Amino acid sequence: MKKGHEHKNPKKYGMVIDLDKCTGCGACMVACMAENNVPFKKDESNKLDSITWLRVYKLTNNKPYPDTEICYLPRPCMHCEGSHGHSPCVSVCPATATDYSTETGIVSQIYTRCFGCRYCMAACPYHARYFNWWDPVWPTGMEQMLSPNVSPRMRGVVEKCSFCYHRYQLAMEKAYFEEREDLEEDEYQTACTEACPAGAIVFGDLNNKGHAVYKLKSDPRAFRLLERLGTNPKVYYLSSREWVRRQGDNYLEHEETGKARQKVHH
Amino acid sequence: MFPFIFEWIWDPSHMVFMGGLWYALGIIGLGMTYCIVKAAVDTVQGKGGHDH
Amino acid sequence: MDSALIPNGVKRCSFWQFYLFIGAVGVVLLWGVLAMLLIWLKGLNQTNMNDAYGFALWIWADLAVIALGGGAFFTGFLKYIVGKDELKNIINYAVLIGFICYSSALLILAIDIGQPLRGWFIFWHANVHSMLTEVAFCLSCYFAVLTIEYIPLILENRQLDKVPFFHNLSHNMHEVMAVFAATGAFLSFFHQGSLGGVAGVLFGRPFAYREAFFIWPTTFFLFTWSAAACGPCFTIMLTRLIEKVTGKKLVKQNVIDLLAKIAGWMLLTYIIAKTIDTLYWANVTVPELGQTLAEFYSDNALYKMYFLFLEIGLFGFVPALILVTKKGRNNGFLLISAVILAVLGASLNRWVMVLQVMAVPVLPFESWNLYFPSWQEVATTILPVAYGVILVALSYRYLPVFPQEKALNPIDG
Repeated sequence: MKKGHEHKNPKKYGMVIDLDKCTGCGACMVACMAENNVPFKKDESNKLDSITWLRVYKLTNNKPYPDTEICYLPRPCMHCEGSHGHSPCVSVCPATATDYSTETGIVSQIYTRCFGCRYCMAACPYHARYFNWWDPVWPTGMEQMLSPNVSPRMRGVVEKCSFCYHRYQLAMEKAYFEEREDLEEDEYQTACTEACPAGAIVFGDLNNKGHAVYKLKSDPRAFRLLERLGTNPKVYYLSSREWVRRQGDNYLEHEETGKARQKVHH
Repeated sequence: MFPFIFEWIWDPSHMVFMGGLWYALGIIGLGMTYCIVKAAVDTVQGKGGHDH
Repeated sequence: MDSALIPNGVKRCSFWQFYLFIGAVGVVLLWGVLAMLLIWLKGLNQTNMNDAYGFALWIWADLAVIALGGGAFFTGFLKYIVGKDELKNIINYAVLIGFICYSSALLILAIDIGQPLRGWFIFWHANVHSMLTEVAFCLSCYFAVLTIEYIPLILENRQLDKVPFFHNLSHNMHEVMAVFAATGAFLSFFHQGSLGGVAGVLFGRPFAYREAFFIWPTTFFLFTWSAAACGPCFTIMLTRLIEKVTGKKLVKQNVIDLLAKIAGWMLLTYIIAKTIDTLYWANVTVPELGQTLAEFYSDNALYKMYFLFLEIGLFGFVPALILVTKKGRNNGFLLISAVILAVLGASLNRWVMVLQVMAVPVLPFESWNLYFPSWQEVATTILPVAYGVILVALSYRYLPVFPQEKALNPIDG
């Protein structure tokens, strides 16, 4: 949200997830947990207090057999841009512990500054933010297996998907060393993108015409979750099924999917 | 909260917000300082106690 | 035993009777303290909050006590700024209630945050665009003002007043109290509003979101307004309560009548504004976001349409209409009913703007979230009540809280 930073080539990293391809295997969730040292409990049956930066939802068309259809929808943090970086969570954080980067379009979370008021969680309509109700407890020996690039979080703070920001940092370090300012598309990819066996997740710079996401976001099948709220998310979904697209947002009965006017917030 | 903290930006929203804060803190601080100092001076001058 | 501390010319119950009462309330207080320590030592896993219910009972309690504690700033505003001098007979009590409410709110906030030791980050790394930042700043500053308003009353204790310095300090603080009261009113108008803004700015939550005038959502103004209306009602309610407990008339009827009349008009205008706001939100804002009013009040076990009718009708228009009529105010039963209904109204409004906001699903493929607090949450929410009872009891016993008590209850001989 900071003003005064103007970048020569501002990037806008985003994701396009093809729901027609997603099989709901959960490999993205596993890869995300492992990559980002996401803590877990012995008993993970209560999904309301367990942490899943990337969560795969199961959607159904609510029709009886034999017309029943299901669709799996992976939901990372949407890295909302709102209007000029005024994303729902960034604007409410009282301690500036979460920030919208105009350089990358990534919404960051500063764990050592968050004091756990959970206002950002109340603000996020996607439930993409998670609270550490406990200190992380790793099974014996697992500390050795944690990623050294991601700091584990302590009890009492909020965490969420960072679009594997540490990977961006590592890639940028290499680029600077090679006296480059920009990254190639394959130099920075999130763990979930790489893990998806169906190739349903595509990641890249939404501003860069050379990146796959640039074209895919304009696909006629594309939609974003809760666009009408003005959150301006950077995660796009593709589905050829109308009932799936319709579940991406709230519509009045007479309204056509995707045609409702989007509110703009300042 | 202070200009030397790196989030501090010299923009209107910061000036209005922090201006209001320091204005309120200033009145509270100055008001209490006045009361305490005047009470001390009054006491030295022998006012107060049971003589009223 | 403690007769030297009791104000001259008033009667108090026996030492043992009093401390037996304090001891009984103290047990409840200790229960709350135990829960508080458990939460501080073990963390927020002691609560029943979860990732869908990040704001829950405590935030409601905070919002409710601050609204009800609004009697202090509004009575102060009326006395010192508007010049309603009769209110000097109830201002001490209003300040005391405000002090209890605000100290409770700060305590609950300190329990509610995941990393209490980092609480000062809200000041140090302040994000001036966050409503919560404004709340924290104004709340702390206004608590300082309330402390300043309460100190002279403490210094008026018979024994403390004998110390010349304390006597002079109390006298000087009274002299400049209008300046402090004005600062308090300024701070209160903002933080009461910001508390409304906390929910109102959540544009990701259509149930909470309200469109803005300039930079403030309409809830900003409605919260300040309702605090100014219901705060004095809470003061009147607790005045009647302490009169019942002590068996004495402590404040003259004309004082209560004046405060009730002003509160009544504030409440009536507030509830009209609230109705207009609700109609606009339900018919314009919500449909623009693709939802209907009925969706917010169906498909769940608790939140039904009657919530809306309760808040605006029974807890809004009914007490307002009683309080604006002279007949209503002069009838003891109607007056007490009206102030209780108004207090319930403010509490229900805060409940809806915190707990129902969290409960309503936003993503079409999600469902309602209902939550029930853990005993630790309940105990820490009752803790301030016990603390408040003790502080009121101690203040009443040892300090001249009610200036009219002597005249209304002359002691023979």
